[in-house]
Amino acid sequence: MTLVERLLLWVDDRLGTAHFVRHALRKAFPDHWSFMLGEINLYAFVVLVGTGTFLALFFQPDRAYQSTIALSFKVNGGLLLRQVHHWTALIFIAGIAAHMGRVFFTGAFRKPREINWVLGVLLFWIAMLAGFTGYSLPDDLLSGTGMRIFVSVALAIPVIGTWLTFFLLGGNYPSAQLLPRLFVAHVYLLPALIAALIGLHLAIVWRQKHAQFPGPARTERNVVGSPLFPNYAAKSLALMLAVTAVVFALGALVQINPIWLYGPYQAWNVVSPAQPDWYVGWLEGALRMGPALAIHPFGHTIPSPFWPAVALPSLLFILLLVWPWIDAALRRDRDAHQLLDNPREVPWRTGLGVAVFLFALGLTLAGSDDVQARYVHVPVTSITLFYRVFCIVAPVVGFAIAYALANELRAKGGVQQAPRIRLRRNARGGFDEEPLP
Amino acid sequence: MKRELAIAAALLAAIAGSGGFIAAYATGGDRLAEGISLAVAAAGLCAAGVGWAFWILPAQQVIDEIETYPSDAADRRAEGSAAAAGTRAIARPHALLALLCAAIGAFAVALVVPIRSLGPAPGDALFKTRWRRGSRVVREDGSPVHVDDLNVDSAVTIFPEGALDDAQSQAMLIRLPDALAGSVQGYIAYSKVCTHAGCPVALYRAQAKQLLCPCHQSVFNVVADGAVVSGPADHALPRLPIEIAPGGILQATGDFPEPVGPGFWERGATR
Repeated sequence: MTLVERLLLWVDDRLGTAHFVRHALRKAFPDHWSFMLGEINLYAFVVLVGTGTFLALFFQPDRAYQSTIALSFKVNGGLLLRQVHHWTALIFIAGIAAHMGRVFFTGAFRKPREINWVLGVLLFWIAMLAGFTGYSLPDDLLSGTGMRIFVSVALAIPVIGTWLTFFLLGGNYPSAQLLPRLFVAHVYLLPALIAALIGLHLAIVWRQKHAQFPGPARTERNVVGSPLFPNYAAKSLALMLAVTAVVFALGALVQINPIWLYGPYQAWNVVSPAQPDWYVGWLEGALRMGPALAIHPFGHTIPSPFWPAVALPSLLFILLLVWPWIDAALRRDRDAHQLLDNPREVPWRTGLGVAVFLFALGLTLAGSDDVQARYVHVPVTSITLFYRVFCIVAPVVGFAIAYALANELRAKGGVQQAPRIRLRRNARGGFDEEPLP
Repeated sequence: MKRELAIAAALLAAIAGSGGFIAAYATGGDRLAEGISLAVAAAGLCAAGVGWAFWILPAQQVIDEIETYPSDAADRRAEGSAAAAGTRAIARPHALLALLCAAIGAFAVALVVPIRSLGPAPGDALFKTRWRRGSRVVREDGSPVHVDDLNVDSAVTIFPEGALDDAQSQAMLIRLPDALAGSVQGYIAYSKVCTHAGCPVALYRAQAKQLLCPCHQSVFNVVADGAVVSGPADHALPRLPIEIAPGGILQATGDFPEPVGPGFWERGATR
């Protein structure tokens, strides 16, 4: 009996795990490259916790800027791990967005997977918040300006905005409590929340089993794929190492967030041009394009940042949360699905996804309108106007094109598959064809 | 055989990478050497894992039937009736039930109330700054501004004396070519906190007589009482009332006439 077998028996004597582990080892995981997108985020999170723990051992919230500079230049490996941490955070959120796109376009959010879609949407927003709080921790001039904007957006929330801001900051901006609280949020509250949600997300995937694309032997009541052990585990661990290799190469080779070039935050200084990390770009763009419109209901104020930075994200958040039920209602479909949609099979959904992507792209590009204005020698107001038009026109055009394309492809039945045959060498040296099922 | 050799090469690269990292760390920690060697170690292991998965492990497919959910009809019915029976048993003494709810509610409120400690009441903190009647105008370094100090068409960041670095009180003092209406011998001062999202309105375009916020490109007209020219700001920059004291030192004649910075619910319909 091998050591592994003896160990498993030892555990089973005490926990009775043999039945579970026996089936777990042979659990089927369907193979498709797009199913790796979610795993990239899991492994990015692992890297974030590891590198972040190292950084937290040196970072001091009451000396935020100085201690970040010190951990970058005086600690062996400090700058490398700081850059790896930052790059991984960018990849983490990009991976979540890509994973959401995969789930959206293939209809993987349909019954019975609505709960996991909701958890994923929550993870997406919490990850952005985790990213933003971490980005703000060094208290440099660039991130401090971003925090000032964030506070102004919180102030724009009707009725409770002012109180909420004073509670979050422990007083008026800039408060002494700001950085200690950011630190607690970034190293404890948000990671714990993300870890808990990832655990729940994966437990549900485990329970429900992974969805699959249609194919031979695949039905609405089964899952066909590689066994967890050893095939799937080998691929997945290789992916974890691939993520690790990429972020360490980036951290070594590509400078990110050189705060010593920006200097410490002072409320009366500002850098120009100032762009945030990519995942905040859409909000930055929305703020730049938003209407200069304040309204005064009953003698109170709802200031202009409300429309682009409070109303728009709230609307987006709610729409994303309830999307599985809107989609089901539009399709008049109450059935559970194990087989995924090819994006061409639901043209309007694919069109809508493309439209939302183009809208977000327009917002993000508008977030650097001043830089573009400098390159093309056009007044920044014209660039802003261009993106205002883009954000309305591009989604409509994108929807139409994607809808038409998907319809066309669906009518053609997709790529014509050649009949599957087996060639067999015969006694005369030629080949015989045998049809395969 | 070739495949085994390729995997072996990847594993040797991984070992070399780890060794390289240890050497780089021991010799003082060059960022590039440390990062590249760790990346090589991870990439080598990754390549070996891929080789194993596709060349060594036998390709196999397994099929899992989905029988775990939904449960069978008998279980679903039994679950519902057990829950209903339990709920009925709890709810039987109706008089106590209301009291129970009240107690739980009170407990919840008691646990939430300490949120109040998170921050002070806003009060009038957003409505006033540290500028007072007679506050001397000082620069970042604390030096007072004399009427002869600024060149025409130049601008400088100012604070009230005694409140250096106060974010709420920061202002831009500008010297215009002419004593335009509202300016004091050409001097005019505006709050430096953008009325859109609070960034410092740090760029002064002397030719256009405009203050520009670099965050979202709101532009304010210095010779039109700080009115918005373009951009997402929804109201004008508040102007700081100033005068020239005997001896030529600039000072404020009072606080800003309205709240500085971005809008908020309680700000009201001023301008």
